[in-house]
Amino acid sequence: MKQTRHPPIDEDRGAAGGLLDRRIFLTGTLAAGALSSSAGAEPLGVQSWMSVPGAPFTAYGQPSRFEDKVVRVWANPPNAPGTGAARTPLHRLNGMITPNGLHFERSHSGIPDIDPDAHRLLIHGLVKRPLVFTMEALSRYPMESRIAFIECGGNGGQLYQKDPAPLDLQGLHGLVSCAEWTGIKLSTLLDEAGLEPTAKWILAEGADAAGMSRSVPLAKAMDDALVALYQNGERVRPSNGYPMRLLLPGYEGNMQVKWLRRIKATAGPTMTKDETSKYTVLLPDGKSLQFVFPIEAKSVIAHPSPGLTLQGPGLYEISGLAWSGYGKIAGVEVSADGGKTWAPAALQQPVLATALTRFRIPWRWDGAPAVLQSRARDDSGYVQPTRAELIARRGSKTIYHFNGITSWSVAESGEVKHVYA
Amino acid sequence: MSTRSRCSAAALTFGILANAAFAESPNLGRVAAPEELAAWDISIGPDGTGLPPGKGTPQRGETVYVAKCLACHGEKGAGKPNDALAGGRGTLVGDQVPVKTVGSFWPYATTLFDYVRRAMPLNRSKSLRDDEVYAVVAYLLRLNGVIEENETIDAATLPKVRMPNADGFVPFARGK
Repeated sequence: MKQTRHPPIDEDRGAAGGLLDRRIFLTGTLAAGALSSSAGAEPLGVQSWMSVPGAPFTAYGQPSRFEDKVVRVWANPPNAPGTGAARTPLHRLNGMITPNGLHFERSHSGIPDIDPDAHRLLIHGLVKRPLVFTMEALSRYPMESRIAFIECGGNGGQLYQKDPAPLDLQGLHGLVSCAEWTGIKLSTLLDEAGLEPTAKWILAEGADAAGMSRSVPLAKAMDDALVALYQNGERVRPSNGYPMRLLLPGYEGNMQVKWLRRIKATAGPTMTKDETSKYTVLLPDGKSLQFVFPIEAKSVIAHPSPGLTLQGPGLYEISGLAWSGYGKIAGVEVSADGGKTWAPAALQQPVLATALTRFRIPWRWDGAPAVLQSRARDDSGYVQPTRAELIARRGSKTIYHFNGITSWSVAESGEVKHVYA
Repeated sequence: MSTRSRCSAAALTFGILANAAFAESPNLGRVAAPEELAAWDISIGPDGTGLPPGKGTPQRGETVYVAKCLACHGEKGAGKPNDALAGGRGTLVGDQVPVKTVGSFWPYATTLFDYVRRAMPLNRSKSLRDDEVYAVVAYLLRLNGVIEENETIDAATLPKVRMPNADGFVPFARGK
């Protein structure tokens, strides 16, 4: 089960470059470092908020005003302010769940302002009875939750480029987020409509102005697909498909159609724009891989990462995120020497299939230049490739489904940068 | 609700509870009328399923293009400020930067009708009449050298158009 490519762990050393045994924080075997002297420190003050009443209640809470840097960033093509993608600030978050206001969003013609009372979901095509559902009807169906990541098929696309893009984690990999999605099993609705034996795919279509549409194999639709009405306990946000979106755990985000208005059972794929001219992987021989659905195992280090400068040598926790569209994360290893030696990170519970998994490992930085990497493995046995391995197979003519290893260099100054290593 | 309650009572009385999955599904959908489906079913299959009546020529399409598309997609589909729609043939192989256009990349002409009708022009999607969509599709195919100037595009001819990159796609298998 355990891979043997990393050296054995001795009492306080996981790998070269100061990576420590992942259990060290728990077991308390870490010798206490020299405590800072209190000489010259500011005295403990009594602040104003300690002595006067605080603010009254608000109807819908907001983050502290001091957290105003924890925001999405986005870019648009010309003439199309609602088209493009807004990225999650992964480097400023922790845990495995993405707050709803920070979930990444990708829109092809803006965010529609949908009145749920006027919204309808149509299920038709190769079915015995085409059915129309109102929101009120759907709200009476039995529901289930899935904690699932959604990742844009183009996330990390800049890493196919020849030179490392001078971006931070948000700019490079911010098109992945994770939420608890709650809704109705799509199979329940398809069963009610009565699938014809010739139905092998579905077409899912949104109510946005772009009419975003994708074909999905019927097997996935009948397996774990949800018509999601809730996101982390509240109704799905407009930017994520209000009043409902398709959830296809583990599949590329583009297929998980937002503002879902129509499901058509079909014999074959419809060959929509987004499954032919986009979201296909162009190889160096000129052929393109089509229907690249699940996201392969991938991981990134969030702390530290570009923008989070280390404040001098000492003990740090390296932590990051790992995920796989094919199942559960089985292990994450971390390197501080550009991939020469690796140490196993601790996986924070719960570790769920097709959800973001938080990994953590202690690191004693000695102040010398270092290159940090993480490498995920899922329970199908797949190991995240290096960037070079991925490009050797795929070339660099595509922007889709990049899951190679990301490298952060740490300079003596503590500054962290995106590099190729 | 009361009907369902009576059914449940009857089922209990006679001890018939097994295999009631369908009966126990909420079944709160309303059966859609055929004319409702026609208004909503805008997707076009690669075999031409769903293509409406109407037709268009490249010449007529140029007029539509200049009025509705050129501002974003440039003279003769050259692109800028937004995506190029013509050219790029021969750029898919090797190390060069690929220029993916309707002519160099799109495998099915039917997709063009589907996408233009549902999503374009960006500021007023679904506003083109079907004849205008056929015409602008014909113009784009002509710009890419896929059809001749005198050809007419309609529900019969569009699915028969063979795109230059029709054989350029292979289904993904894990490990590629």
